[in-house]
Amino acid sequence: MTKEEIKSVLMEIVAQIIPDEDLTNLKGDIPIREQVELDSMDFLDIIMELRKRYGIEVPEDDYMQLATIDSSVAYLEPRMRDL
Amino acid sequence: MMARKPNEARIVITGVGLTAPNGNNLAEFRESLLAGKSGIQKFNVRYMGEVLAGVCHFDPLKYQKKKELRRGTRAGSVAIYCAQEAIADAKLDLACLDKSRIGVYVGITEHGNVDTEKQIYEIKQFDYNTTFVSHHYNPRIVANNPAGEVTLNMGITGPHYTLGAACAGGNIGLIQGLQMLLLGEVDLALAGGVSETIHAFGAFASFRSEGALASHADPEKACRPFDKNRNGVVVSEGGCIYLVERLGDALKRGARIYGEIVGYAINSDAFDFVLPNAQRQAECMKLALNKAGISAGDIDIINTHATGTREGDAAECQAIREVFGNHINVYINNTKSYIGHTMGAAAALELAGNLPSFEDHIVHPTINLDHLDPECPLNNLVINEPRKVDKVNYILNNSFGMLGLNSVVIIKRFGE
Repeated sequence: MTKEEIKSVLMEIVAQIIPDEDLTNLKGDIPIREQVELDSMDFLDIIMELRKRYGIEVPEDDYMQLATIDSSVAYLEPRMRDL
Repeated sequence: MMARKPNEARIVITGVGLTAPNGNNLAEFRESLLAGKSGIQKFNVRYMGEVLAGVCHFDPLKYQKKKELRRGTRAGSVAIYCAQEAIADAKLDLACLDKSRIGVYVGITEHGNVDTEKQIYEIKQFDYNTTFVSHHYNPRIVANNPAGEVTLNMGITGPHYTLGAACAGGNIGLIQGLQMLLLGEVDLALAGGVSETIHAFGAFASFRSEGALASHADPEKACRPFDKNRNGVVVSEGGCIYLVERLGDALKRGARIYGEIVGYAINSDAFDFVLPNAQRQAECMKLALNKAGISAGDIDIINTHATGTREGDAAECQAIREVFGNHINVYINNTKSYIGHTMGAAAALELAGNLPSFEDHIVHPTINLDHLDPECPLNNLVINEPRKVDKVNYILNNSFGMLGLNSVVIIKRFGE
């Protein structure tokens, strides 16, 4: 998967988790939770979706690396590159 | 003659919110009952395929955000819809109420099966790897979930809990609300019952294994209490939550009063896991009549619990004959014949369907009764056609559940 594809997947997952939010202007370099209503249980949904869809395990210590869309893509790229 | 109670000790219904398989508010529901319109349809259930069920078609997005729907349970969604509708029907503005003085008391038959089955189905796709169990599972399956979701949605900070009471849940939720008002614990109670049972295969499969799951080529004719050819229960979803309050408060704000809860009783058969006991059912009805300070002949309508099983229907008829045998002015009907067995919601929903009788003096019939079972003879069983009557002052609502749990509620037409 390319970085663009990973970003697209992430955006799709986030949209599914917070369906009432408008994500059109979501900025990639600002923490998602500062821009839209996304609580800790929603965040765990992102982790679960990555596990279900791609078999990716994100250890709790790495959760901070998924704070923004850009940092998420950077973190996931080596793990999803060969998918 | 009983001493007149002060208004603070009289509890009245001032709002009704409901969703039934044949109506999403009281007016629609009543119209369906008077028109003989069933709400039973074919429905697909995991592992079983096509079954017959009562399915509700309310719009959950009327009161919930999409995220709330994704997070919560079907029972929670039903409860929210009904509670919000009850508040609106009572002409109350939630924003102006002291939300710490509102209690939420929701009767359920069971809760958690739907999401447990779903989780097991989900992890099966991953070779039963339990790391795929959702973090939402626990808050969805705790027993207080349907009542708790109401408080989250409406910002209510008073007490909330469910009453696990098998198929008597709806009456018992209402009774709990009344009791908390009488104790002064709350000023408004949202009380009734809900069910999401059709979204799990378990209830259908278990009734089938008992030989008690209804089947019929025409879904609308499947639920046939008292009919010789009845063959079991139609499982349905639904909900009905009442806004109940002390009479003094209702009068003060000029509320519309649907009726006064004047009698109620709960007892146990101590007899069998599933078989009914006519003697204890009769005792329960007598206890409720005593509590109301009236005699059997004062009752105008009995809404029967009868679910369409051979033993259950016959036992209830026997109990009614024992209590009401000589009273020819007591009309008897059945609401499950239209909507199936809405389980935890049944008692509350079926009572709601009868409440308009205080105003329109019409008793809706039991439908699908083509050949009365000789085991079920009852005076004035209203069959297939609505009956216009001279007066309706008292409605008695029977609701019985597994493990021998009986409940009766008596509502009086309001008159100061």
